[in-house]
Amino acid sequence: MFPIIAARPLARGIKLFEIKAPRIAKKQKPGQFVIVRLDDSGERIPLTIADANPDAGTVTIVVQAIGKTTMLFSMLEAGDSILDVVGPLGKPSEIEKFGTAVVVSGSVGTAMAYPTARELKRAGNKVISIVGARSKDLLVLEDAVREVSDETYVMTDDGTAGQKGLVTEKLKELVDAGLVDYVLAVGPVPMMRAVANLTSPQHIKTMVSLNSIMVDGTGMCGGCRVLVNNSSQFACVDGPEFDASQVNFDVLMQRNNMYREQEKQSIERLQADPEGQLKQLRENLHHHECAALATEVVHEQ
Amino acid sequence: MSNNPLPNKERIKLPRQKMPEQLAQIRAHNFQEVNTGFDPEQARQESLRCIECGKPGCMDKCPVSVDVKTVMDLIVRGDYMGAAAKVREDNALPAITGRVCPVEDQCESGCVLGKKGESVGIAYLERFVADWERSSGQFGLPKNVAPTGKKVAIIGSGPAGLACAGDLIQMGHQVHVFEALHELGGVLIYGIPEFRLPKDIVAHEVQALRLRGVEFETNVVVGKTVTIDELFNEEGYHAAFVATGAGLPRFLNVLGEHLNGIYSANEFLTRVNLMRAYRFPEFDEPLYPCKDRDVVVIGGGNTAMDAVRSALRLGAKTASILYRRTETEMPARVEEVHHAKDEGIRFEMLVNPVEFRGDEKGNLKSVICTRMELGEPDDSGRRSPVTIKGSEFDTPCSVAIIAAGTSANPLIQSSTPGLQVTKRGYIAANDDTLATSKTGVFAGGDIVTGGATVILAMGAGRKAAKSINDYLHSLNAAAVETAKAVAD
Repeated sequence: MFPIIAARPLARGIKLFEIKAPRIAKKQKPGQFVIVRLDDSGERIPLTIADANPDAGTVTIVVQAIGKTTMLFSMLEAGDSILDVVGPLGKPSEIEKFGTAVVVSGSVGTAMAYPTARELKRAGNKVISIVGARSKDLLVLEDAVREVSDETYVMTDDGTAGQKGLVTEKLKELVDAGLVDYVLAVGPVPMMRAVANLTSPQHIKTMVSLNSIMVDGTGMCGGCRVLVNNSSQFACVDGPEFDASQVNFDVLMQRNNMYREQEKQSIERLQADPEGQLKQLRENLHHHECAALATEVVHEQ
Repeated sequence: MSNNPLPNKERIKLPRQKMPEQLAQIRAHNFQEVNTGFDPEQARQESLRCIECGKPGCMDKCPVSVDVKTVMDLIVRGDYMGAAAKVREDNALPAITGRVCPVEDQCESGCVLGKKGESVGIAYLERFVADWERSSGQFGLPKNVAPTGKKVAIIGSGPAGLACAGDLIQMGHQVHVFEALHELGGVLIYGIPEFRLPKDIVAHEVQALRLRGVEFETNVVVGKTVTIDELFNEEGYHAAFVATGAGLPRFLNVLGEHLNGIYSANEFLTRVNLMRAYRFPEFDEPLYPCKDRDVVVIGGGNTAMDAVRSALRLGAKTASILYRRTETEMPARVEEVHHAKDEGIRFEMLVNPVEFRGDEKGNLKSVICTRMELGEPDDSGRRSPVTIKGSEFDTPCSVAIIAAGTSANPLIQSSTPGLQVTKRGYIAANDDTLATSKTGVFAGGDIVTGGATVILAMGAGRKAAKSINDYLHSLNAAAVETAKAVAD
């Protein structure tokens, strides 16, 4: 059982959780992720580690309510628990002194980009962050990013915050000015593909963090396989970050749509009775707490 | 003294008892267990067939050396709990091995009766006594022993890890099992389907170990969450047993392998078994739909049989095995192949997939195969398949499951300095002791041998327990020596 220590909304449909997971808090590095399962009937989904406090034994994750599990998760509060959290998984971000590093993130991707931006800064890079979202009310962690960046640009599709336009428009300005040595892009697949199309012809080293569908997260199932340089790579153990110029984004997008119908069905089921499902979830977790206590008693005897 | 009232010549006339099973037409549509198990009368009839050889071949052929002859006699006497306890002395997971052991190559291949007729149904009887014990609600648990104060970390809760834990706890050591997934049992949970090994049986065996004092911790990926060095240096473990299983799925590396609907057998079975995707949407994990569609499974091992029979139960219109050799070379257990055929699984022999084709959305539509013929025997002694030129043909399918084996998962190896690996990436361990190149670290099961069987992994777990026990006692002896030297 992994207790939720704190929970607060960051933006519309996006919520931040601090979860007690001492082993993970101690070991995690920027760029890594956890896999969570809410309860016995839950699916396993990967979520990025946005931050951690090893002394308090907590990890911070940011959840955007887009599927059944993330919607149900977002209904939880401090004092609730979730059944399973495993990690840290994946390879940490590559942290080197590149020169000028541009960190491009879209919406909830900012939660993942933030710790890497912080480490890039610590490693002596000039860090320029470009934070994008469809609209102002979907922007997250803007202040945190500003704090660790030399320059920060906010881009929104509708112009409600920062400049109106796409993150790639701002990135293009920087690239054209010859200012960029390294790019990390984290966000929706079309955004990452647009970044790759922009920087690859210029031979600017660019990494993207891929959000493929996973089950175990340890390389055992191969469900997260992506085509990188025409060879099969597992995002969970070989990634999640890959060289953007080598990634086949079409295959990534196609595979991420594999369960579209089932996802719709699950969401409809949840939306038919969200309070009932939340109640059921809490009952299941309470049952587990009791079972865990019973096991402790057995061991003490 | 034998309890068997029959003279040997009467015993050998008795026919082998048939395992009762769900009707093929019915079981093809549910995930309940296929074999339903002996009743006491059948168990008695079957155990009476044992002629109690002076040198029992069955025991020699068993990787964990179960004293089969004594067990048979206890069954004849009707002492089923005694029989269960006798099995448990050598085999920590009897309800499991009684269901999944490839007995035709092991105990039953050593049975004298098998030379002229049919061997004694040893696995069926092992299963019978284990089920009897479980349904009685009691555990035939061995007595507790004095604690040694030594701590052992077992990495992986599959058959090797559980068998090792069972023996080490009996030697008085503190045993802590780390599992990467959220549920205990390893391949017994994520790999073997409910209809062949019900999950509550695994849970029961785990509970028996827990009651004996074994501690379990899920959601720990050793190599990521914590390293072996940290377990030794920061958490006070004195020894570790690495039993993490086979690992990474092999793909065919043919065109179109990224289409939607193509799974590794590991993923397909993990979704169905561990995640209970066959009960979607009650369980959240989705599965690419098999219902009313054509499903092909590529491979001829037990994993392929498990996958194809699962697909059938999910409502597949057709469920086919595609195998590049012939049935003679198929590594699957004979019973599984029989069961699969009864259920209506199609077997396409001597075919080899060379390309997958999909529609504009990237959904699988068909597999192109070539026909094969058998050539000269290869390293494994099996005749290797050779492509017949110009024999390509197209088979429509919506789901393809690749059961072409696994390769070593490098997680532990790459995070443990000083741990030597073989050229294929598996952990190098001494054949006799299972000691690795790193002091205090032992390894066994599929992570050493590559993909094998549950009982072989259990045998490795037991062997490791013995070596670890010797090692821990040598630590004490060394400490005494050092203390003496200091005192002198």
